[in-house]
Parts: sequence; C-alpha cells; structure tokens
Amino acid sequence: MYAKHALRAAMACFLTVAGIAQADVITIATVNNGDMIRMQGLTSDFTEKTGHQVEWVTLEENVLRQRVTTDITTRGGQFDIMTIGMYETPIWGANGWLVPLDDLPAAYDADDILPAMRDGLSHDGTLYAAPFYGESSMIMYRTDLFKQAGLTMPEAPTWDFVAEAARQLTDKDNEVYGICLRGKAGWGENMAFLTAMGNSFGARWFDEDWKAQFDSDAWKETLSFYLDLMNDAGPPGASNNGFNENLSLFQQGKCAMWIDATVAASFVTNPADSTVADHVGFALAPDDGKGKRGNWLWAWALGIPAGTQKEAAAKAFIEWATSKDYLALVAEKEGWANVPPGTRASLYANPEYEKVPFAAMTLKSIETADPLHPTVDPVPYVGVQFVAIPEFAGIATEVGQEFSAALAGQQSADEALQKAQALTTDAMEAAGY
Amino acid sequence: MARAVTPKRKAITTALAWAAGLVIFFPILWTILTSFKTEAQAISDPPVFLFFDWTLENYGIVQERSDYMRFLWNSVVISLGSTLLGVAIAVPAAWSMAFVPSKRTKDILLWMLSTKMLPAVGVLYPIYLLFIRFGLLDSRAGLVVVIMLINLPIIVWMLYTYFREIPGEILEAARMDGATLKEEILYVLTPMAVPGIASTVLLNVILAWNEAFWTLNLTAAKAAPLTAFIASYSSPEGLFYAKLSAASTMAIAPILVLGWFSQKQLVRGLTFGAVK
Amino acid sequence: MATRHSRSAARLMMAPAVILLLGWMLVPLTMTLWFSFRKYLPLRGGDLGWAGLENYSRFVSSSAFWPSVQATLIIVGGVLAITVCLGILLALLLDQPMWGQGVVRILVIAPFFVMPTVSALVWKNMFMDPVNGLFAHLFKAFGAEPVSWLSQAALPSIILIVSWQWLPFATLILLTAIQSLDREQLEAAEMDGAPPLKRFWHIILPHLSRAVTVVILIQTIFLLSVFAEIFVTTQGAFGTRTLTYLIFQRVLESQNVGLGSAGGVYAIILANIVALFLMRIVGKNLDR
Repeated sequence: MYAKHALRAAMACFLTVAGIAQADVITIATVNNGDMIRMQGLTSDFTEKTGHQVEWVTLEENVLRQRVTTDITTRGGQFDIMTIGMYETPIWGANGWLVPLDDLPAAYDADDILPAMRDGLSHDGTLYAAPFYGESSMIMYRTDLFKQAGLTMPEAPTWDFVAEAARQLTDKDNEVYGICLRGKAGWGENMAFLTAMGNSFGARWFDEDWKAQFDSDAWKETLSFYLDLMNDAGPPGASNNGFNENLSLFQQGKCAMWIDATVAASFVTNPADSTVADHVGFALAPDDGKGKRGNWLWAWALGIPAGTQKEAAAKAFIEWATSKDYLALVAEKEGWANVPPGTRASLYANPEYEKVPFAAMTLKSIETADPLHPTVDPVPYVGVQFVAIPEFAGIATEVGQEFSAALAGQQSADEALQKAQALTTDAMEAAGY
Repeated sequence: MARAVTPKRKAITTALAWAAGLVIFFPILWTILTSFKTEAQAISDPPVFLFFDWTLENYGIVQERSDYMRFLWNSVVISLGSTLLGVAIAVPAAWSMAFVPSKRTKDILLWMLSTKMLPAVGVLYPIYLLFIRFGLLDSRAGLVVVIMLINLPIIVWMLYTYFREIPGEILEAARMDGATLKEEILYVLTPMAVPGIASTVLLNVILAWNEAFWTLNLTAAKAAPLTAFIASYSSPEGLFYAKLSAASTMAIAPILVLGWFSQKQLVRGLTFGAVK
Repeated sequence: MATRHSRSAARLMMAPAVILLLGWMLVPLTMTLWFSFRKYLPLRGGDLGWAGLENYSRFVSSSAFWPSVQATLIIVGGVLAITVCLGILLALLLDQPMWGQGVVRILVIAPFFVMPTVSALVWKNMFMDPVNGLFAHLFKAFGAEPVSWLSQAALPSIILIVSWQWLPFATLILLTAIQSLDREQLEAAEMDGAPPLKRFWHIILPHLSRAVTVVILIQTIFLLSVFAEIFVTTQGAFGTRTLTYLIFQRVLESQNVGLGSAGGVYAIILANIVALFLMRIVGKNLDR
C-alpha cells in the first residue's frame, strides 16, 4: 500500500512539474494565405511567451483540405492544430472530432468574437474552432474609372446598376473589364460566389425536403444574369479565374469592379502590390430587392483535433493567435490595415482601425450575412455560400464544373442547370436523403 | 561511323537541333529567369527577357517562409534510400530472371509492371490506415518503403534488360573455375553491371524525387520533401509568379544538376532493353 | 552444371522482390475490394455496413463515368502519339553530326527532371494564363485574341503539358536505338540511291519498332495515372476529368470511400484491358 501511495505521489509530483515546465512542439497545418504566412513569421513571439515550439505545415488550400480531412477521419493524429473553415467546423464538431473551445480564459474575452462568426463555427452552441480571420464579400471598385464615366456607386447597389455600370466601363482595347467575378470551378471558388448571388435572386440549393432546386426559375435567372454579364463585361478566360487570379487582375488595374472576399481589400489598397491602391472604393454586395444580398460569410479558424497529446499547448497557441494582443502585435509590426480582420468587435471599435478605409464596409458586410437564414425561401441547412453537410463539397465542385463550362461557352445555361439538377439529385440519393 | 558531311548540312542540322532544344528547354529557362525578377517585372507587358534588374529577393522570401534545407534533405534521403533499397532487392531478382530464365519470367516481369497501374488515390485510405497502425505516418522510413515499392518494378525491369546483355559464357567460365554463386555475383557480374546499376539508380532517384502523391499525403512536418515545399507556393494571394519561380527553381535545381552531370550514365540505362 | 541448384537459387533470389510486390499489390487491392462493397463514408462515421453492388452500379451510371474513360484514353493516346512521333524526329535530328551535340542533348532531356507539379504550375501560370501568360503576350503581339487555354482547349493543353514532360524520355530511348543501327546497311541503301523517306520507312522504322514498343509500354503505365497535372490546372473541369481524377473526387471531395473504391476496381480493369492489349503487341516485340 505504502509503495503504491508513494508511486502515486511521485507521479502526481512529476505530472505537476511537467505541467509547468513542459515545452511541447506542436504541429500546425495551415493554408498559404497572406495572414497565415504573417502568423508564421510571428511564431517567435508565441514561443517566447509560452516556451512551446511550432512546426508549420503550410499547404495550398485544396491540398490542405484533402490532407486534414484524411487525417481527421482516420484519427491519424498528425496535427495538433488544423486550419479549417466554417464549412468543416460544424460537421467535424458534431462528430466529436474537435476539442470544444468552451473553457477559454476570461482574458481571452470570447464574447468579443463577432456573433456571425461564433454562430458559424459552433455546433449546438459550442464553439469548436476559434476564428483567425473572418470575411464576407463586397464590391471593390475603381473610383477613378467611375468618376471618369460620371457614375456614382451607391453604398448598397442593385444587380441591375452593377451590370449596367460594368458594361459601360468595359474597354476591351485597353484591357479594362467592367467586372471580374469568379469562374473557376470549385465549391470554394465559383460556387461560393454563385450560391451567394443565388441567395439574392431568391434561389436556394434545397427545399425543406432536401430536394435539389436547380430546376427553379430563380436559379435560371441567376445563372443567365451571371453568364450574360461576364460575356459582355468580364475578362477573357474568366472560367479559370478564382480569387487569386481576379486579385492579380484587379491589382493590375484590369477590373473596374470586383465582387469578392472582404479580406482582398487590404491587398488591393496596399501600394506595394497594387497599382491602383489609391483608387479603390467599397460597397455592399448587390441585391435584387428580395431582401437578401449576394454576400457570403466565411472564416478561417483554428481547431484542435480530439485525441491530440498536446491539447494544452495547442490551446495556448489558439489563445495567442486569435487574441486581441495578437491583433495589436500585427498592427505594431505591419500597420492596422494588415491585421487579420473580421473576428472581434473590439477591433472595429478601435479608433485606429476605424481609419482603415475598408473597415466599416467589411463589418457591415459581415453583419448582413446570416448563416442561419441564408435564403429568401426557407431551407433546412446552415451556411450562406455552402450547405453544411458532408456531401456538399463534392456535389458543389461538380456543379461548379458545369457552370464553369457554361461560362466557357461549352454549354448553355439550361444544359448546365439540367446537369446540376441531375447530379445533385443523384448524389443526395447516394447519401441517403 | 565516319560519314562525309558537308559543312552546310552540318550547319543546318545544328541550327535545327539547337532551335528544337531551346524550344523544349524554354519553359525551364523562363522559370529560372523569372525567379530573378521582381513580381512587377514578372508580369510586365510586354515581357522582359534578360534586361531587368536582377534580384535575389524572391529566394530570400522563400527561404524565410520555409526552411529549404530540411525539405531538400528529406527529398535526398527518401529518393536515395528508396532507390538503394530497391536496387538491393532487385539485383538478385533481375539476376535470376536474366540468367536462369523460365517460361514464366516474362509473365512475372509484365505482372510486376502492371502493379504500377493501380490508381494511387483509390488506395489512399487503406494505406493511410495501415500507416497509422504501424506508426509510419510522417516518417522517412515509411516513405522510403512506399516509394521503393512503387519503383521496384521499373528497377527490376531495367536491371533485367541490362543483365541480359552480359554474355552468359563469361559466367560459365567463372563457374568452371570453381566460383561459387556468391563469388560469381560479387566478382564477375557486379563489375560488369556497374554502369547498368548506376543508370538504374539515377533514373529511379529522379522518379522518386518527383513522386508527388504519396510524399504529399503521408507526411506532415518532419518527413515532408520538396514536393510538399512546392505545394505551399502554388497559388498564394497576390502577385506570385516570381516567388513561384524561385520556389520551383529551388525544387528542381538539385535533380536538374544531378541529371546533367550524369547524363551519359543515365542515357545508357534508359534503353530499357529497347536496343537490339 | 548444377542446373537444379541454380534454379532453386534463382527462385530464392527472386523471392524478396516478388513477395514484396505481391504484398504491395494484394494488401491494397484486397482493401479496395472490401471497401467497394461497403457503404464507407468517413465524414458520416466511417464504415456503415454492407452495400452490395450499389457502389459499382452507381459509379458506372454516373454521367461522369464514360466521359472520364474517354478523357483517360484521349490523354494516353494523345501523349503517346505526340511523344513517339516527335521523339523519332528529334532522335533522327540529334543523331546527325552537329556542333554542341552534348549541350543540345542536355536541353532536350531537361523537362524529364521537372516535378509534374512544378511543370503544371509553370505552364498554367506563366504560359497558358490568358492575361499574363507568355502565349497571351505572343498572341497579342500578332494582333490575335488571347486564348484561355485551360478552358477553351483544356484537353489539348493537358496533353501538351504531359507530352512536354515525357518527350525527353521517348527521345532518349529512340536515340539510343538509332545509334545502334547498322551504319553500313544504311550507307549501302544510300549508295543504291534509295531516297531518304524510303530509307526511313524500310530500314530505320523497323529497327525502331522495339524501342517504340518499350516507350509505349513504360509511358502508358505512367500516363494512366496522370494526376498532378490535372489537379493543378483544371481540377477536372472542361472535360479533363480522367478516371483517376474521378476516383479522387469520389474519395476525397465527396468523401465516399466505398464509391471511390468501386471506381478503383474499374480503373484496375481498364488498366488490365490496356495492359492486355499492350502485351499482345509488346509481347511479340520483346521476344528476341
């Protein structure tokens, strides 16, 4: 008995010591976006504060997603923190694959996280991943070109205004295109845009019985409007343009308008990369008078896979990377415009940040997105530009390929919608809906 | 061999061949050039070819973002390790196929090649689960084994075709002199086969170096080779041509240099028994 | 001669390679077969029980199936045709006496050393990009409208990229074969006044048949599983979804391992049909 007690005491003693002094090496999988790369550069600050080291696995978005999904579903345990989005978080959280983040310390001030972000990253009211940066989408436009053409962009334009302005501003001889929109196939590329656009036209993915809705008039109107607009006023080869391609077009002054992620605002206004940095204005994503705007809601967030041996260190990292202090740290080193946006209310209340030209419009866009009620007609799903079910990514990528082929002129809008309807119905049957 | 060739004809073929060579090489050349440009110059219209401000800043940025040497070392270990292990296993097999052929030898060879036709994606989950069970995820050892298995058929095939060109009489003579099987392989066969083995090693190092599916999917931080290094540069935000070019150049440079220096050996081994 | 001794020794020496490859083939194959009969959805909790032949029928009845088989065959066939034809021409050219032969040969084989991912990225961004790509600049310089290669001509573009990577391989093998050609025979034909085309057709081409066979055999094996080039460029859009890519979509994007495994079994069947077809022609040529 005595020996057992002694052993236990020794163990307890050891564990306490270990708990204080243990410096772990955690492995973090992340995507190669600018804000994450900046975070990597600042890792030393985290190591100084906590003693923990970080190994980074930085991958392109598609590779990352395939990598972390394989690992989480097989319990591979390769990562202590995974960078995941608003799509994965509720699904994985519901499966019990993520460590709940409901015990964050008071100093972290979890209530400061914007409600839209919090809702999107929770399942049944429990937060499963902390937002690193959040975004909606909005119009970025060239103030100089608008002025030249005698046009004024309202703060909340309609699709009709946007389309008319785009056609008027297109000057193909000088390689200026009225509007740049995503056309590259993928659920996170053209389908993110088109699903959000569809919301404003009254379209939806599924009705309340999970029946695919691509045969509806609303979708037909959405797709034809998009195709006509892009054919008249879009850049060549738009069916291969995703976020990055459009960003680089806009930075080179080849787009008069661009509707895309709010985070792009800091890139297009950065004189180091952008030739048009001084002439960018912002407006809310367009609507069609039906009560919903065509803007989405997304967050890249940090989650901890259940079962990791280094949960404490991983939590410490998340508390560091998504804290108010981290925002201040980035602001100090790189300026307020480069702070990861869209996660905390306190950031938008900060008088320094209010001076950033796109801050107000970003917040307004995020606030108008409602992941719980994304569409005009009721739907059984959560998610603005996606449907939070495991099958969605696969289905939407295939649908996206049909729409992309339509944009490339290889099929008509009707053909694309017919195929979309058929393959969605088929995949939903396979999934047992 | 000595053919009388007019200088005119030689000039024409030279011009043609250089033109073809430069066209084929151009994408690589352009990548290397772009890696020394600034991002703005990389997309300038019209494109600049040589007259730009040469800069090393892209290499600096890439190195700052990811520790190149670690990825490089993993690539070296995995490609060399898998190749050497593969050759060690393949030499006896190829020897016996070449010198003691049976009716089934050719079937076995073709069957070995056909194992390469199984689509890798289809077995990702099974292999991933196996790797978890044996604790091989993100380990160089695991990758060495997998890449070795992927390339083993090619190694056996190449060595087999090479061994077959070694005249059997020499071996018989050695046997007459009382050489044991071991001695026969070690002292007679191996010296003659060194060029063949060398080119086999070279080709398979290249194949292993460029393997991008398993090396990407079975690694995380510790064992990730250059294929994973490049996966973080494929489409970052903003202008990225120059950085992408720098990363690409860094990823292919070692193998390109190796290939060029050992060109003769490689060419000799690439026959796959195609000659004769 | 200790024939029996060396036979059993030979078998022993072959054993490690054969056993390893058998394991490498059988373990994943068995698992693929097993999963293909299961309803296995990793994101819905994993193995959800027996599915019978449902995965098989669903995979084939999908509208994507036949186009994917077609795309696979077009890519394999297209790349083979281009690399073999250009390879023969290049090999003939490189065989001629010239200045700087070594350097030219280095230039020609260089693409072989480039990782597929890198080559796809370079082609996609720096050449085929419709705005900043070099081809676009070239077209504009001649007053033509830039083509967006990867959507308007997606399949040919991919064939071009893959051919560029494999052309060195074909060229080198064919070059070695040409160099082993009996010069005297060729020169005798030249003396007899046979025109170049005839010499090529009756002497060179038959001599190359074995090399061509080897090129086709080895390349087909690699080409059937082309993946990185598609993943990086079109992600399977615009008719470039090959069977391998379709399986990738089923397994990783739709997270339906059962369905993907059934696809894997089909891919194996297709590979075997191609292999059988190859062996018919190759088998004859490989015998001495």
